[in-house]
Amino acid sequence: MSWSRDDMAKRAAQELKDGFYVNLGIGIPTLVANHIPDGVDVTLQSENGMLGMGPFPYADEVDADLINAGKQTITELRRSSYFNSADSFAMIRGGHIDISILGAMEISQGGDIANWMIPGKMVKGMGGAMDLVAGVKRCVAVMDHTNRAGASKFLPECTLPLTGRNCIDMVITDLGVFSRGEGETRFRVTELAPGVEMDEVKAKTEADLVWG
Amino acid sequence: MSSKVYKTAAEALEGLTFDGMVVMAGGFGLCGIPENLIAALRDSGAQSITAISNNAGVDGFGLGLLLETRQIKKMVSSYVGENKEFERQFLAGELDLEFNPQGTLAERIRAGGAGIPGFYTKTGVGTVIADGKPTMDFDGEEYIMETGLKADVALVKAWRGDTQGNLQFKKTARNFNPMMATAGKVTVVEVDELVEVGSFDPNYIHTPGIYVQRIIEAKCEKRIEQLTVRERVS
Repeated sequence: MSWSRDDMAKRAAQELKDGFYVNLGIGIPTLVANHIPDGVDVTLQSENGMLGMGPFPYADEVDADLINAGKQTITELRRSSYFNSADSFAMIRGGHIDISILGAMEISQGGDIANWMIPGKMVKGMGGAMDLVAGVKRCVAVMDHTNRAGASKFLPECTLPLTGRNCIDMVITDLGVFSRGEGETRFRVTELAPGVEMDEVKAKTEADLVWG
Repeated sequence: MSSKVYKTAAEALEGLTFDGMVVMAGGFGLCGIPENLIAALRDSGAQSITAISNNAGVDGFGLGLLLETRQIKKMVSSYVGENKEFERQFLAGELDLEFNPQGTLAERIRAGGAGIPGFYTKTGVGTVIADGKPTMDFDGEEYIMETGLKADVALVKAWRGDTQGNLQFKKTARNFNPMMATAGKVTVVEVDELVEVGSFDPNYIHTPGIYVQRIIEAKCEKRIEQLTVRERVS
């Protein structure tokens, strides 16, 4: 029984600490907002220019001038503030955001991440992803452990164009949690999803990790 | 007495457009785009435009209008995933594309408007973005050099403006607009509401009128890309 997308989001939410300023990426990371632990108060940043992102609006509250970075309509909170894109990325690049939780296509054993481009297919652009991984204090990547063909996405080196080098602190997959502390170069297996054995993780991982 | 106020988008662009021009257009997705000025730029017939904008609009709206008519030669953007005509032209080699990380794009425009020709950033180190760019070590960490950006014309969308060009922006429709206002040789603004000078409390002006040369009041459609709502639980 490996983790579902929602389980992975729930596990990622455990990384949020009271008082944190948080940036959540598109996909599974967006679900993290549904699992913020009781007693933990965080402020969500949207890189298009808002701190204190509120929930989706009721139909009669929709405002075309209020969207998140996924271009979805949202609402404001009492604590909210708005700012321009340069200020928004000054927060991100200046190290003021406590944690970024983002999706990944590949992670390398050295903490590189690739999540913006597949050569030969349409290139959509990196948006704010390169700024986030370069500037945010702590970066947590959430992804399936293997691709649809069953090949490992946790690799010795990324094969896809990089989003950032040596910037990921924790990887959460459907099989478990892999983390490295400040100054550590290699990831260790710190948790296994319920019912997942270490042998299965070893068989599905090409990256060189610290096992157990 | 000279006036910054123009009646229509077409009049506001008169004498400013030419083939090969560099244009900045504000907005994030379709939020906060100067939609009337973009349509007027299309109607001006200017060709071979370099467009600096975070996104490329969608098919048939925003900058998508100028892609349809092949008036754009090059885009400088961070994300262009919402536009099929863009994809077609790019894959066919008909369109140049320069990707910038979003924060780098914002900072390049801010720098251009502030007279800063270049700066160093950690964003993009070790990626294709760093290819060919000078690097420098600061305190043992590698940074890459990026350059400031300017435009012949900056097209800006604001919420309210006064007749002197002082501007206020609304919610997340602010995004790239304030920096672009500083980086245009000529900055043209469209606002939802044009008011007399003196209407604003000077404490709450986001962009001072010095950056604005021309201003119009115009009605915007304000199209929504991803309408998401929640149900009321009674």
